[in-house]
Amino acid sequence: MNKTSSRLYLVIRWVILLLVLVAIYLPLLMIIIYSFSSAQSVGDEFGNFTFRLYAKLFENTKMLSALKNTLIIGLVSAAFATILGTTAAVGIHYMRKKVKSVVDTASQITVVNAEIVTAMGFFLLMIFLRDSVEIPVNFSLWWLIITHTVITTPYVILTVAPRLQQLNPNLLEASMDLGAGPMRSLFTVMLPQLAGAMVSGFALAFTLSLDDFVVTNINSFGANIDTISTYVYSGIRKKGVPVEIRALSTIIFVVVLAALIIYNVVKNKRAKEQAKKA
Amino acid sequence: MTKRKATVFRPTAFSFPYLAVTLIFVIVPLILVLVYAFRGEDGGFTFDNFRQVFTEPETLRQLGQTVGIAALSTLICLLIAYPVAYILASNPFNKMAILALLFVIPMWINFMLRIFALQSLLSMIGIGKSYTAAVIGMVYDFFPYMLLPIYTVLANMDKSYVEASRDLGATPVQTFFKVTLPLSIPGVVSGISMMFMPIFSSYAITKMMGDMNTTVIGAKIASLFENQNYGSYGYGSAISFVLLVLVLVVMLIGNAIVRRTEKAPKGGKA
Repeated sequence: MNKTSSRLYLVIRWVILLLVLVAIYLPLLMIIIYSFSSAQSVGDEFGNFTFRLYAKLFENTKMLSALKNTLIIGLVSAAFATILGTTAAVGIHYMRKKVKSVVDTASQITVVNAEIVTAMGFFLLMIFLRDSVEIPVNFSLWWLIITHTVITTPYVILTVAPRLQQLNPNLLEASMDLGAGPMRSLFTVMLPQLAGAMVSGFALAFTLSLDDFVVTNINSFGANIDTISTYVYSGIRKKGVPVEIRALSTIIFVVVLAALIIYNVVKNKRAKEQAKKA
Repeated sequence: MTKRKATVFRPTAFSFPYLAVTLIFVIVPLILVLVYAFRGEDGGFTFDNFRQVFTEPETLRQLGQTVGIAALSTLICLLIAYPVAYILASNPFNKMAILALLFVIPMWINFMLRIFALQSLLSMIGIGKSYTAAVIGMVYDFFPYMLLPIYTVLANMDKSYVEASRDLGATPVQTFFKVTLPLSIPGVVSGISMMFMPIFSSYAITKMMGDMNTTVIGAKIASLFENQNYGSYGYGSAISFVLLVLVLVVMLIGNAIVRRTEKAPKGGKA
């Protein structure tokens, strides 16, 4: 390739990337810009620059409680999923090959299955437990926490398992030979080695829970519990979402962006330090 | 347990809580779906629910439309994501670590808020609720999930294959179609599988962005359960069962494609 055509090729590639980036970020940017306007919808006359939507956001108890539910469900289910997924990964790691492949397949069911089928499976289970087994349970915040734990745990296993494979296979045995009980071995020998993977697993489970709509929607029928997802969904379908959703969206965009940038800066820094050591 | 304490505990026991949870919350629900799907209103065994799935024109239309929307959106998404992944993995863009990150950041933002943002923008430029808007919504929502696996494969690809192909006289276009593309098939398959089946459940997007006639089958299932009316559970379960079979078929096809490309001599067949 000669010089001009390779320069042209570079320009074309930049243009494609920038076009796609604009398509990705323009909707988010418009929401952010219009979070400082009291206009009824994005694209209307902007009017004066104002923080009114942010003030309104903190008066909208329904929206705030949806946010609170989302965070509670996300944090609690991610914590459960991290514990359950990590112990599961350790156990699965020591299984015989045949048993292991069966359990691995079982753990992938909710990952590959259509989410709507998983969601109505949970729904039928609740109906079964409540009406046939007659356990006094019902659709509730706790039920959503349980269902989110079940769907996010496989992802924690997927995150922790590769790290386990890098560990010395005799670690746990050595600890138990030296007299530590299984629990003590788990907590003092295994878990410290897995801490990094557990944090990643927790973060993944948390984001998956925040993002969930289908399972939450189907399993909150009649429970009158909203998360951000179900709140916005029913708002758009009915008479429209209150305008202060733009303020909430902006806050969420900024928090996510900041968290990701901090995470990547720390990661790059660590990688550099490791490279220096080596 | 107390008698042979030293030998009785196996580390595999750490997975027992998880296995119990999986049994109760994953296996039992699937059995319940099966039971409801084959149970008539009188409680006896029946194929009526399945007969209804395959004879009710409305359900068939919705199933057909779902496959159509899924295929179209997945194709469009692939046609955009592949070039982007290819460019991101090429020199000099592969040295800008933060650039690729920019494309997948939306993954971490609540999808409902992203759809809300997209819908606001589309209605601002005059695209109202329609089939087109729903497809745009799908492409927008799933783009990072399509991009990431393709990008990962392309970025980690051994560049010496491409260099060898060029050294042996192949043009860049030939090299792409005979070396790069075949080697990236596992990423493409993984991207497609992250999008095609999940669209069946994405009724939030069709309800928010599509018109009255645009829908995916997930909406039908959800509506059958929404009213907590026992009578419709069997029908909903039968549709779900059909989806389960579809998931399996799609997975088997995907696995077969990946296995075939892995078996083929590196560099792919002509």
